[in-house]
Amino acid sequence: MKNTLLDIYEKEGTKKVLSSLISILVGLFVGAIVVVIVGLTKDTITNQGIADGVKLIFAGILCTGRNAAGELTWGFHGQALGNMLFRAMPLIMTGLSVAVANKTGLFNIGAPGQYLMGTMASLMIALGVPSGVMPGWALWLLAFLGGMLAGALWGAIPGILKAFLNINEVLACIMTNWLAANIVTWGFDVSNFKNIVENTKSGYVYKTTFGLTEVDGAWTYVNGNGIATAKLGLDKIFSGSQINAGILVAVLFAIAMYILMNKTTLGYQLKACGSNRHAARYAGINDKRNIVLSMAIAGALSAAGASLYWLSGNTEFFWSTYQSLPAIGFNGIPVALLAVNNPIGVIFSGMFMAMLDIVGQNLTGYTAYNEYITDVIISVIVYLSAFSLVIQTMLPKLRKANAANANAEPDPVKEEETKEGGETV
Amino acid sequence: MTFVIQQTLLYAVPLMIVALAGVFAERSGIINLALEGIMIFGAFIGVLFVRTMQNYDVFTAAVKAGDWMTLQGLEILTMLVAAAMGAIFSLLLSFASINLKANQTIGGTALNLMAPALVLFLVRVLANQNTLQMATGDAASWFMIKKSTFGIKKNVDIGFLGETFLHKVYLATYICIILFVVLSIILYKTRFGLRLRACGENPQAADSLGINVYKMRYAGTTISGALAGMGGFVYSLTTANCTANGDVAGFGFLALAVMIFGNWKPGNIAAASLLFGLFKCIAAAYSSIDINGDGVFLLAELGISSHLYRMLPYLVTLAVLAFTSKKSRAPKAEGIPYDKGSR
Repeated sequence: MKNTLLDIYEKEGTKKVLSSLISILVGLFVGAIVVVIVGLTKDTITNQGIADGVKLIFAGILCTGRNAAGELTWGFHGQALGNMLFRAMPLIMTGLSVAVANKTGLFNIGAPGQYLMGTMASLMIALGVPSGVMPGWALWLLAFLGGMLAGALWGAIPGILKAFLNINEVLACIMTNWLAANIVTWGFDVSNFKNIVENTKSGYVYKTTFGLTEVDGAWTYVNGNGIATAKLGLDKIFSGSQINAGILVAVLFAIAMYILMNKTTLGYQLKACGSNRHAARYAGINDKRNIVLSMAIAGALSAAGASLYWLSGNTEFFWSTYQSLPAIGFNGIPVALLAVNNPIGVIFSGMFMAMLDIVGQNLTGYTAYNEYITDVIISVIVYLSAFSLVIQTMLPKLRKANAANANAEPDPVKEEETKEGGETV
Repeated sequence: MTFVIQQTLLYAVPLMIVALAGVFAERSGIINLALEGIMIFGAFIGVLFVRTMQNYDVFTAAVKAGDWMTLQGLEILTMLVAAAMGAIFSLLLSFASINLKANQTIGGTALNLMAPALVLFLVRVLANQNTLQMATGDAASWFMIKKSTFGIKKNVDIGFLGETFLHKVYLATYICIILFVVLSIILYKTRFGLRLRACGENPQAADSLGINVYKMRYAGTTISGALAGMGGFVYSLTTANCTANGDVAGFGFLALAVMIFGNWKPGNIAAASLLFGLFKCIAAAYSSIDINGDGVFLLAELGISSHLYRMLPYLVTLAVLAFTSKKSRAPKAEGIPYDKGSR
């Protein structure tokens, strides 16, 4: 038993997981420290407020609200967990996008732009096709695939610029991000998808549950004639939340990406280009084609995340977005880094990031703090993952220590880590 | 024309100084992708400092008396504070990439994520809204140099040059230009500059000649952080009326593009940032640009969508990069952590 535990500990994969968990813990602690410091310097925040803030940072997902006495109550909260899974859905997709590009040696910071292009294509198809022309599931599929295609084409642009003109993909991605933000705004500005039925919603596009219907010879949008992702009974388990079957699609995509990267020739070629472009070319791999292809796949994944999110039927897109880029796109970077670019790991890190999102909401709702503290935590995690290799080498080498010590040391550490990890699922 | 030149300078000068910040880091061998984040942080610190100064007598007395010498002095002081905090913030990047040999792209991205998050968190806690503004009054009325500052009446024409460069301008703009020139000379004409550049080209050779590569790289990124922090404040002072909202509209990234377009050379960078400033100016104010002063707003009357004008700076960047990147020559050792053992 002692030896098997040691064997697991010595494995490369375990070290990667441990270093990610350490990053998470340090990130949460930094967040807690910021909360304490700000609480101590602000007179309006009481000691109880500080304690609540710290508690929420570590276990906010289990918070069910405040009771009559004003104390935080804890327990299983179906709505929060369901919303966490719902938000994890696009994050897993953008995380996969960044991870796949990373494996090919490309830093895909263009996920926000690809996400926006996917948003536009999906919504325009879903809202543009009159209801009744085809069955709902077919329209859903068409909108989903259309979104992916738009994302793939948009993602291929930085890929082409990188492969053929040697433009740094980071810069090209950032420029295409802002171009996408402007194009999407432009596209919806001149379209008739702007929600004018509910006049309280200015600046939003119709939900996809609205369908283009002919009423008395005029084409109008009627709620309920459109499409929405199937729920498959998940809303019964997590009552009151936004969850739908999209999360299963995201998990399937993660598994598919794992198979693509690890079990196919294409995946091998992509990874070869990532480790050494010149050596790959020498071995007869078309490096330029693979760079473009990798960015196109990454773009398709980001856009698929957007399609899943906006085709849910309960989300509304704010179309005048030329001044801001979607955070879900950028958060794909920490999701991928935390998972050390492993597609299966992305499922869990995506859920963790979604959990932080809910925690941030609870902080805004129940304390004097706000949701941006969770962004600070995320940035600390990204910072630490920049030198995760150093952290991995700093992990104690148990083989060399004497047996008694080795037995005493790993167990408490592990228990603590799995507890933390368990919360994320 | 006066309007176009002034607006172009407003956008070009922060770009220029932040692009030079990029040069100092990359010439020493560190890719500073965090320029955007440091700018956001510097802008926040500067605005916060001005806001805090409002509580002190020196400031209120100077505003009341219209004592512009003191006010300009305080503006310079704020720039220095923003620069100092920018430098400190950039130490996070230096530490990770020099001492821990971390991936510099990821480290920079972390800072880019951290700055807006931290700034928005603090702004929310401090001001209960998403933008940090002055407690009272209008920053432009204190810091902007106008004709009245020199005791000249509003309706007196002081000639084209005077109207363009002395009326409705900020001292910060000119300080940045002077600083740009001085730092470029330091980079090329001093021993320190030569050593810094050597560390970005061939750190092993530099080390063999007794230059401390780590120290030089720290110097490069710290100067870079200071310039970016200052540039962030100058940006928020001159184009956002001294407010901070955790955003500098991608200027840090545009500055990186300017740096690559300018081939890591100060002269080219100055020209490139003027070009970008012009396009930014067109994007922001195309409807009120009157090129030859005959009351015809040509760009607005062309009937092209405002969306297209807003896309111009980014489209031009991509096009320009496409034409220049084949020829561009980045510092050889940039992005590679220096390891004494390797050769």
